[in-house]
Amino acid sequence: MFGLNTKDTRLLLIVALLVVLAPFLLNPFPEGSALAQFNAGYPDLMQRFVIFGVFAIGFNILFGLTGYLSFGHAAFLGAGSYAGVWMLKLLTINVIPAIIISTIVAGMFALLIGFISLRRSGIYFSILTLAFAQMAFALAASVLTPITGGETGLQTSLNDPRILDAASEGGNIPAPSIFGLQMRDSFELSVGEWLFTFNTGYYLSGIIMVLAFYVAIRIFRSPFGLMLKAIKSNQQRMHYTGVNTRPYMLACFVISGMYAGLAGGLMVAMDPLAGAERMQWTASGEVVLMTILGGTGTLIGPVLGAGLIKYFENIFSKINDNLLHQWFAFLPDGMEEFMVTIIHPFIGKGWHLTLGLLFMGVVIFLPGGLVEGGQRIARLFSRKKPSGKDGATTRTEPAE
Amino acid sequence: MGILEIKDVNKRFGGLQALGDVNLSVKQNTVHAIIGPNGAGKSTLLNCLVGKLIPDTGSVMFDGQSVLGRTPYQINQMGISRVFQTPEIFGDLSVIENIMIPLFAKRDGAFRLQAISSVDSQTEMRERAEEMLEEVGMQDKRHMHAASMSRGDKRRLEMAMCLIQEPRLLLLDEPTAGMARADTNNTIDLLKEISSTRNITMAIIEHDMHVVFSLAERITVLAQGTPLVEDTPDNIKGHPKVREAYLGETD
Ligand SMILES: Nc1ncnc2c1ncn2[C@@H]1O[C@H](COP(=O)(O)OP(=O)(O)OP(=O)(O)O)[C@@H](O)[C@H]1O
Ligand SMILES: [Mg+2]
Repeated sequence: MFGLNTKDTRLLLIVALLVVLAPFLLNPFPEGSALAQFNAGYPDLMQRFVIFGVFAIGFNILFGLTGYLSFGHAAFLGAGSYAGVWMLKLLTINVIPAIIISTIVAGMFALLIGFISLRRSGIYFSILTLAFAQMAFALAASVLTPITGGETGLQTSLNDPRILDAASEGGNIPAPSIFGLQMRDSFELSVGEWLFTFNTGYYLSGIIMVLAFYVAIRIFRSPFGLMLKAIKSNQQRMHYTGVNTRPYMLACFVISGMYAGLAGGLMVAMDPLAGAERMQWTASGEVVLMTILGGTGTLIGPVLGAGLIKYFENIFSKINDNLLHQWFAFLPDGMEEFMVTIIHPFIGKGWHLTLGLLFMGVVIFLPGGLVEGGQRIARLFSRKKPSGKDGATTRTEPAE
Repeated sequence: MGILEIKDVNKRFGGLQALGDVNLSVKQNTVHAIIGPNGAGKSTLLNCLVGKLIPDTGSVMFDGQSVLGRTPYQINQMGISRVFQTPEIFGDLSVIENIMIPLFAKRDGAFRLQAISSVDSQTEMRERAEEMLEEVGMQDKRHMHAASMSRGDKRRLEMAMCLIQEPRLLLLDEPTAGMARADTNNTIDLLKEISSTRNITMAIIEHDMHVVFSLAERITVLAQGTPLVEDTPDNIKGHPKVREAYLGETD
């Protein structure tokens, strides 16, 4: 279906289903219960899940297929964000043009940076992309202030021209919308103790992520994708096979940059604000972590990695000592203190520590990321039940 | 005039004269063997033909056009394919994918963006790749991970990758090294058949004299970077200079 084989179609449908049902799935605990803390089904976080999913899917097209590790992908995210806010200011508060232009601008920016950075490979390529991104960050925060709003950032304001719909609004700064439907609009459904929120912005981003995921699958399965995998495997052989690897790499880099720009555009569509910090190296590093954590070169891995990191960032960081005391209240006093002291460094501001340990654990024990973890578990189960014709297939299936 | 004309090629590595005044002409549709002791400069000579190295002096003409100053992919697109001394394959990919990539490169040229159509839908390409696999006797290994195969199989695979491009000149650097006797004989038969049925000129480097004498129509003996003699296999066999160059090398 959709030009995909059965396996890929199934994966796509599962992802689409998860996106649609996320408001339920991420809110498994009743409001007000002790575990409600772990609910992630609120619009702001769900939006981040899918937007960073787009970012990581795009990053994986470059890193997963070709093995070229860009340390500057946040520059494209940032460029897309700025372009998006400008569209909201100049053109219309409708987010569609903003999202499209964000993608295009980031693509052009990637063309420039890629053209130069791809003269080198390996660590030198990584350093070049990092240098460009840091340069972009520094410029955005200083010299380019008229365009980027400098350190305060760029946002929509009352006297924006918005040539397509300036007249339609009254005294307030309008909120980004799609054909009248505001991104922040939500519909709440309460079922007994549970509260589920369905948010316009989330569903727009979610649909776009599913589309982006679909395009990524097509790229992975295309001759272009095969050429990129071959470049990763043996670039020398590619040259002696008559392939000019430069344009393949550049096309890949630009596509990957456009995904980052799309993510940037979605961010400003949800919240019309762009700051230079979005281009900083930490943001570039984050998408690397997401991809590796989920499973480099797999289709679904980057989405899982993005989700996990954003979950940690938003949920673990909110757990504080008070909550811990509540949870361990059933223990004798001394034990309670002890447990809280032990766990304290890993929560709240210490969430980075937890994430770091998790990351190290994955890299050391599961080099294929969460996807490999899932495959190992699946294999454990399938080994238990006897299967008819196994062992005949020698193929070591590349991780999907 | 041969399809490949090498004139006065010199190549130094620091103080080492790896190639000294090499003159060599390979006639169209023949199998030309280049033999010589280890370190004679055989691989270096091939490197100069495919753009991996640039000779210090001299000229290399393929079908009337100079290959010097061209990049490896341009030289391949002219119609020269090479099997390396240590197999150069796509180890991370499956055998069938290894074969399809050179086929895409042949059909699409150095670059063509096909990001949406799927590889699986290219049935005609796939069929040709399958045929090639059958020809080299690897059809039951089509889904194998290329890196996990034996050295001999990697060589056969690399040969298939070159052959499927239907090059006009095929350069083979010790194609049977590391192969079992049976595979070596199969390879001889395959190369024999290909050279007699298709328009492929071959230059082959080989230490195995059985292979050399089964295939070659002309033989050039290279020693210390310079061609010693060039002649037919029969004359080479009894040539005193050749015996001298090989004495002590093999026994
Ligand atoms: N890139 C290089 N840099 C420096 N020296 C080199 C290089 N390539 C080859 N040589 C040297 O040039 C000489 C010829 O090497 P070459 O690989 O061409 O020999 P060969 O005839 O192919 O030998 P063999 O039968 O062992 O493959 C050797 O002494 C080798 O050490
Ligand atoms: Mg050699």
